Amino acid sequence: MIRLPAFTYLAPRTLDDAAAAMASHGAEAMLVAGGTDLYPNMKRRQFEPTVLVGLRAIRDLQGVRGGARDGITIGAGTTLSAVAAHREIIAHYPALATAAGLVSSPQLRNMGTLGGNVCVDTRCNYYNQSYEWRKAVGFCMKKDGAICLVAPGSPRCWAVSSSDTAPVLWSLGARVRLSSTAGERTIPVEALYRDDGIEYLAKQPGEILTDVLLPAADGWRSAYLKLRRRGSFDFPVLGVAVALRMDGRVVGDARIVIGAVASQPRPAPAAAAALVGERLGRELITRVADLAAGPAKPLDNTDFTHPYRKKMTRVFVARALASLAGLEPAGRPAEEVA
Amino acid sequence: MSVESGGSSAGSARATDGGRFGRGAEPPSEGKHEFAVIGRPLPKIDAWAKVTGETRYADDFFLPRMAYGRLLRSPHAHARIRSIDATRARALPGVYAVITGADLPRVKFGILPVSQDEEALCTEKVRMVGDAVAAVAAVDEETADHACRLIDVEYEPLRALMSIEESLAHPEVRIHEYGDGPNVHKNVALQFGDVEAAFARADLVREDVFFYEGNTHLPMEQHAAVASAGPDGKLTLWSSTQTPHYVHRLLAKILEMPAAHIRVVATPVGGGFGGKLDPFAHEIAACRLSQLTGRPVKIACTREEVFYIHRGRHPVLMWIKTGFTKHGEITGCHLRTWLDGGAYGSYGVASTFYTGVINPVTYKIPVYKFEGARVFTNKPPCGPKRGHGTPQPRFALECQIDKAAEQLGLDPAEMRKRILAEPFTKTANHLTVTTIGLGECIDRVVEASGWRAKWGGWRSQSEGASAAPSDNRRRGVGIACSAYLTGAGTAVYWNSMPHSGVIVRADRSGGVAVLCGATDIGQGSDSILAYLPAEILGIDPKDVHVHPADTSLTPVDLGSYSSRVTLMCGMAAIQASQRLREVVARAVARKLEVDPGALAFRERKVGVPDDWEKAVDFAQAVELAEAMHGVLAFAGSYAPPKRAGKYKGGGVGPSPCYSYSACVVELSVDEETGEIELHDVWIGHDIGRALNPLLVEGQVEGSVYMGIGEALMEGQVFRNGVHKQPSLLEYKSPTTLETPEIHTFLVETDDPEGPFGAKEAGQGPLLPVIPAIANAVYHAVGVRCDEVPITPEMILKGLELRRRGKAARVGPERIPRFTFKEPVVVESAFGQPADAIAVRPFAQ
Repeated sequence: MIRLPAFTYLAPRTLDDAAAAMASHGAEAMLVAGGTDLYPNMKRRQFEPTVLVGLRAIRDLQGVRGGARDGITIGAGTTLSAVAAHREIIAHYPALATAAGLVSSPQLRNMGTLGGNVCVDTRCNYYNQSYEWRKAVGFCMKKDGAICLVAPGSPRCWAVSSSDTAPVLWSLGARVRLSSTAGERTIPVEALYRDDGIEYLAKQPGEILTDVLLPAADGWRSAYLKLRRRGSFDFPVLGVAVALRMDGRVVGDARIVIGAVASQPRPAPAAAAALVGERLGRELITRVADLAAGPAKPLDNTDFTHPYRKKMTRVFVARALASLAGLEPAGRPAEEVA
Repeated sequence: MSVESGGSSAGSARATDGGRFGRGAEPPSEGKHEFAVIGRPLPKIDAWAKVTGETRYADDFFLPRMAYGRLLRSPHAHARIRSIDATRARALPGVYAVITGADLPRVKFGILPVSQDEEALCTEKVRMVGDAVAAVAAVDEETADHACRLIDVEYEPLRALMSIEESLAHPEVRIHEYGDGPNVHKNVALQFGDVEAAFARADLVREDVFFYEGNTHLPMEQHAAVASAGPDGKLTLWSSTQTPHYVHRLLAKILEMPAAHIRVVATPVGGGFGGKLDPFAHEIAACRLSQLTGRPVKIACTREEVFYIHRGRHPVLMWIKTGFTKHGEITGCHLRTWLDGGAYGSYGVASTFYTGVINPVTYKIPVYKFEGARVFTNKPPCGPKRGHGTPQPRFALECQIDKAAEQLGLDPAEMRKRILAEPFTKTANHLTVTTIGLGECIDRVVEASGWRAKWGGWRSQSEGASAAPSDNRRRGVGIACSAYLTGAGTAVYWNSMPHSGVIVRADRSGGVAVLCGATDIGQGSDSILAYLPAEILGIDPKDVHVHPADTSLTPVDLGSYSSRVTLMCGMAAIQASQRLREVVARAVARKLEVDPGALAFRERKVGVPDDWEKAVDFAQAVELAEAMHGVLAFAGSYAPPKRAGKYKGGGVGPSPCYSYSACVVELSVDEETGEIELHDVWIGHDIGRALNPLLVEGQVEGSVYMGIGEALMEGQVFRNGVHKQPSLLEYKSPTTLETPEIHTFLVETDDPEGPFGAKEAGQGPLLPVIPAIANAVYHAVGVRCDEVPITPEMILKGLELRRRGKAARVGPERIPRFTFKEPVVVESAFGQPADAIAVRPFAQ
């Protein structure tokens, strides 16, 4: 079997100790919570940390606090299973419960955390391969190489944002709290991401994502649809998050964010703006879906062909909107529930 | 999951000998069962160990002082090896040995005598990414891994040929120097009767082109082996293999040492499906490294390596021309196949024949012509996977029949029933067919699925299927049938010895040991080897101790392939058990002063049914028999009937008997996304007799599941010479969520060739699933997918073609320019009566 390389595992009990450990080990260290993505990546030598700072023993990172009326705070170490099964989240932030429940498989959701999914590494089928495979093909710029194998002329890496929860949190207007030896800051979730396959997170390496803060539910409705080959295991190759609030019979406010079509979640502001002030009918939905598909620019580096993923963006946005309008059930049952 | 089982005389044209196995002497048991063990849904004898994790697979073997090995594999699809320098690797602390091809005898090998083209560690050329070039033994896996990266290999890259078309278009690039032409491994042509005359007689002649993408076995257990060379010069190999006997023979050749000094033990195999049928580099390297280091050496392959080891389903391009009468009868069929063989021969010559020779077994095909070619490419070598070479042409023929049925306005289920092959006759290509339960299989799945209402006649494509106006999903049903062999009639090397042997030894405790070379790969052969002696000796299967697959202990069984084990080991076990039973019966008869023929064996006792109080315990009976006879060890042997057609190539295809399957699939297709959702699969399987219906049902369901994967998502896809997705995550294979309800119907025809009438179960039920899905997709949305896997993209492409008023067909457009051999022309044997049934050279 492929073996994990040797590394030192630290298990701080407090956030301060964890931040201090990250600061003192610098670039040699990585954070680990559930480890469901990190350990396989280490086996394939995509990550080569010599120190892992484990977050599992830190109590402050666990649990869901508050309520939908004033907003809720989810500890980054809360497992995806717990998020998917949380009553308040299911009732008031249903797209988040759906997205958390669609990550990978039940076993991995029991280990994997919300924070881990928000920060999950970008993916590319030239990159998520063993060391020997990557050597055979020629290393890419994301690890050990100098060029992008998907777009050889490109100066940047096009690995794909593959988080199910990130586009949903963005559409819900969530914020994230980051903590380091330099202190604490809270930023909108969209400020956490950058459109670069390598430097896809805007946080400092030593900063620890501690909490995800959801605003008051305040009449917002939400939906998430995921495209993948199978009903389990697979990362998204397209994720559509839609949140909207009705103002009487017309749409008062709306956000549409597309996942897994770029190195970060892609908002579709023009499409969302076209909804506002309008009644949610089929004709509008078709027009908005066309607008929303515009920003999606998938490349040929995941499962399915990229023209198909582009084509499905329109279909999935339309279906998500239709489900929020009560016009039709969105997608297959497997896409709605874990 | 539901299963139904029913006795049937359908297709059973002659009565079977009910008393053959001593059944006549036994009083019928209570209830519906004629037998005490046979036909009962018992758990496998290894079920507890499997579910509790106690089963020791090859990778669970740890021996004192054991070293860990690793192979260095080629990063090039095609390259000349200029030099290999292992100096840095040898200097690494913890490394015990590094070997290259220079440390092995310069012998090429291969599983088939006609294709000796492999080296365990390549010396001159590498022919695919993943070819092994060096091997390391070290103190642990990490060190071995590290050492591999310190081996410097200088390559001269050569042009890689990655498809049938590319290999044929570049004869100046030669992957191998041997074969039937540049990059052509095998070129075969067989003709049985005048196909052109048959087409002239037809009311409808169709020509279609199909492509079936290659896919791999995906066993849960990755290949692993432990070798231990003793100070006495003897060698033992424990390996996850389906064919310990063939590995034993080939190791002797490869290592140039006496076979008598080699022992091969097959460990419990965690899934085979044909992927563990060849001798592999890791086995050979482990042996050599152990000889050099004096330590046991284990090499466990990674998942990625298993994708390169492969020997799975061949990608096959097919052209098929068939003549039909207006009633749907086939007047003749002409099939051409091009197989993408990958980098080595493996079983490829057999695979090539199998793409042609089994086709005439299902329906009446009075005249038949087959041309096949296997082409080398720089990809992992293909070989046998569940259904070996036959699912591809099955897909082609069953889809073509569906198209013909539409053109002729016939119900595709009715049409198939009308053209079933005749039991106890010969096919055009001289195969002898015994019982056929296919008609009943069709009846059962047609009735259970509600076929008539759901199919409802051919509808125009614009009409579409039943769907609510707001729903994008359209439902459809499809049907297909198949046949498969129950054991290959010839061994992979020519010999006239038994194909299977069993030793049954009774001990004074009343226990019985069964020794047999067969390998349980999950199909339950160990259990069958307990059930059959238990039935015949009237004891509990738990009283039987099965010792399988150890070349120094067990009689040879050729291996777990071609669905041969239950029939061949079963017949040998029956013969051995009968011989034991006769001796025990004589001893008990003497004590009870009765005739041996009056005795029954049941409930761990031997006695006269009418005077059962006097019956003696089986353990006591054994003591009486041992006192009379000496040690109670009896052998049984089996060789299949010699029925090879009297023409070159006639050795591939004959089998003691053939299983039959019929399948109806119901699915929905989403016209917006192209996604296919399976709802139900109804599958009828002519099993001859279900020795254990629970195990048969498991085999049928596993076949259906695997067929679904091949139909809808699995594919060995390459990009720039490299496998695109060698991982369990990205090589898409269905999960339980993609697996629909499977309704299994077992049809029993009591075949005279099989043990207690049994035929095969492990492979045949895969075959009809793939075309049934393709046919159901057409029924749902009017798109003909003449290529698998059928992806959502293909569906959308077909729908787009339809919208533009073109033929809604997605599939290959061309066939290669290629000259087949002059065919071997033989008269069709179609309709001739079968040769004598059940003549066994090793029976007493």
